[in-house]
Amino acid sequence: MALKRKSKQFKWHRKHLLGLRELSAEEITYILDTAKGFEQISTRSVKKAPPLRGKVVVNLFFEDSTRTRNSFALAASRLSADVIEFTKKASSVSKGETLLDTARNLEAMGIDIIVIRHSAGGAPRLLSRNINACVVNAGDGFCEHPTQGLLDVYTIRKIKGTLEGLKIAIVGDITHSRVARSDMWAMTKLGAEVIFVGPPTLIPAQVSRLPVKVSYSLDEVIEKVDVINMLRIQFERLGGNPFPSIREYSHYFGLTVERMKRAKPDILVMHPGPINRGLEMESEVADGDNSVILQQVANGLAVRMAVLFLVNQAAAQKS
Amino acid sequence: MNSELLIKNGRVIDPANGIDKKCDVLIVDEKIAAVGEKTQDPRLKTQDKGTVIDAAGKLVTPGLIDIHVHFREPGDEEEETIASGSTAAVAAGFTSVVCMPNTNPVIENETDVEYIHRKGRQTRKTHVYTMGAITKGLAGVELAEMGLMTEAGAVGFTDDGRGVQDAAVMLRALKYATMFDVVVAQHCQDDGFAGNGVMNSGYYSTILGLPGIDPLAEEAMLWRDIQLVKKFPPERVRYHAQHISTAGSVELIRAAKKDSLPITCEVTPHHLLLNEECCAEYDTNYKVNPPLRGAKDVEALKQAIAEGLVDALVSDHAPHLQSEKELEFLAAPFGIASLECALGLYVKALIEPRILDWPGLIRSMTEKPAKIIGVDKGTLGIGKQADITIIDPDAEYEIDVNEFRSKSRNCPYHGWKVKGKVEKTIVGGEIRFEA
Repeated sequence: MALKRKSKQFKWHRKHLLGLRELSAEEITYILDTAKGFEQISTRSVKKAPPLRGKVVVNLFFEDSTRTRNSFALAASRLSADVIEFTKKASSVSKGETLLDTARNLEAMGIDIIVIRHSAGGAPRLLSRNINACVVNAGDGFCEHPTQGLLDVYTIRKIKGTLEGLKIAIVGDITHSRVARSDMWAMTKLGAEVIFVGPPTLIPAQVSRLPVKVSYSLDEVIEKVDVINMLRIQFERLGGNPFPSIREYSHYFGLTVERMKRAKPDILVMHPGPINRGLEMESEVADGDNSVILQQVANGLAVRMAVLFLVNQAAAQKS
Repeated sequence: MNSELLIKNGRVIDPANGIDKKCDVLIVDEKIAAVGEKTQDPRLKTQDKGTVIDAAGKLVTPGLIDIHVHFREPGDEEEETIASGSTAAVAAGFTSVVCMPNTNPVIENETDVEYIHRKGRQTRKTHVYTMGAITKGLAGVELAEMGLMTEAGAVGFTDDGRGVQDAAVMLRALKYATMFDVVVAQHCQDDGFAGNGVMNSGYYSTILGLPGIDPLAEEAMLWRDIQLVKKFPPERVRYHAQHISTAGSVELIRAAKKDSLPITCEVTPHHLLLNEECCAEYDTNYKVNPPLRGAKDVEALKQAIAEGLVDALVSDHAPHLQSEKELEFLAAPFGIASLECALGLYVKALIEPRILDWPGLIRSMTEKPAKIIGVDKGTLGIGKQADITIIDPDAEYEIDVNEFRSKSRNCPYHGWKVKGKVEKTIVGGEIRFEA
């Protein structure tokens, strides 16, 4: 319990949450502990708390999203903030209003927190350098998706007690996955061992310099791991032809009932959603006893409340 | 009219003529009339007729030549014009520049070439040359009018900005060019390998979540082109690899030169001074094509220069609007505007670590690039047109993008301290720039 006491004394100072790469284990733990305190708000009859009263949160989404956007909107409203929805298809050409101009315009309206999702890696960082509002990354290209990483480790910690010593497989298109990256940073910082599993064509360059192991065989890995996180095949990002067919992909990397028979009985099955049923995961597995997919969604709300709460607090202390 | 200009007491460096000594240079009627010590050359004694420049403590060199710049005219005059670009060039010591043809419209016929030349002449700063496109519209399919462009004064051909993808088209270009004495230059990059990459492929592209460009994208095309060049008698063809950036390219060039193939190459300051790690904060001023590579590639390029494998030092001056460089790293355009600090950067990259001495540096910025593009420049030979740069080698200054004469500010070297300040730039016997 020494860690917990330490975590209580710890002072959060970041007014932006851009990624988990730059966070310490202590900071990640602090967010998780804060989220724990918010979890019960959703179980009350009056599902609201006042910390962000009078604050404005903008959901600035340049990519399609349902659950993350709704989760942030709900998290903000539970903390009594006003929420503006701003959805726009990002344009890769340099025409029209630029990201910075959009953000500056919003800022001129007096907003406090920008929650941004964007198809370009680094877009939240670009914002954070140029505006005064808090910036929370809700997914940037295939760089990071920090609140997903946080809710994943939150879910694991809640069930397993700790991440220390756990073996976790992340399976699928690692190259184009911001979830894989945020998970990797959070999980390894909290003491887990991470194995990236996928075809070599979907494993990123110089992965040997990352704090992970790599395997091209789900069959070899399935027996050993305590947690398995199945990534969605993101057809919109794939490009080229990284595997010959969906059928062949499922044959090697699909989480089937057959494969699950060889897994540890208490393995946690995770998925960031939305699931391509029958592709990366069979329905029986997605809905099975080991699946924590819906708990991930529920925990996401508490984690996002914690993040909004903390960045706002840090901003208030700075001003 | 008989005008005279005497530059006395400078350290005259003229690599083409093996000169590196303290002496005087006399210019008469726009041409070099005498180089030497006044005790030996009677012509240098009569100093009272014209202008006298005391260059004590300074270097007096042939005018610098940059064979790779983008002046954006026609089409993107808000980024740079031939007037603003050549004003920047002359202030940076360059007396000749070669514009790349990837403008809008593309420089692909004699009228286009003449337009560039006319704008250059009107500005009266540096000599402004241009390369023409290898293929129409840089589309990589049909050959552009290489012959007529050569007659109009184009000093080479390139589809710079991209490489000629189809090997058969490149072979045809090289074959057709054997009719003329002209260099064919290539931006070596296989689009299939490069994909939609925006930085070097490696650890940093992985953690930054940005699509990478594998070094093989450059090396595969360079290797292919070297095989194509081998099909021709060496005296019939001249091939120039633009802005090489990888250790693998250095190996290919080393082997090609060992085989005495008619192949030359160039490097840029950014591939010597910066590496992929610079992209870690998504600063788009570090987004450039070819991308900043790994530390090993940087070392290999420096080694290549030390061995004399690199023929020309260029800037690849690529101006862009601030508003464009303020975009996401993925969306921002490629390019670094470095013309105005190129000399200082090369001093930092090559002279200070003793990879080159001054004559070596000057040679790669005068005599050798002039040879690549086939112009009678880059020396202080008697009777040559008097293009001269006077440099204070020890003067240190801080690069300030806000003082650039270029229209653009997309330069990652802002605030760097460099040595090697241009004191005067003389073009055709006329002082066109004075610090």
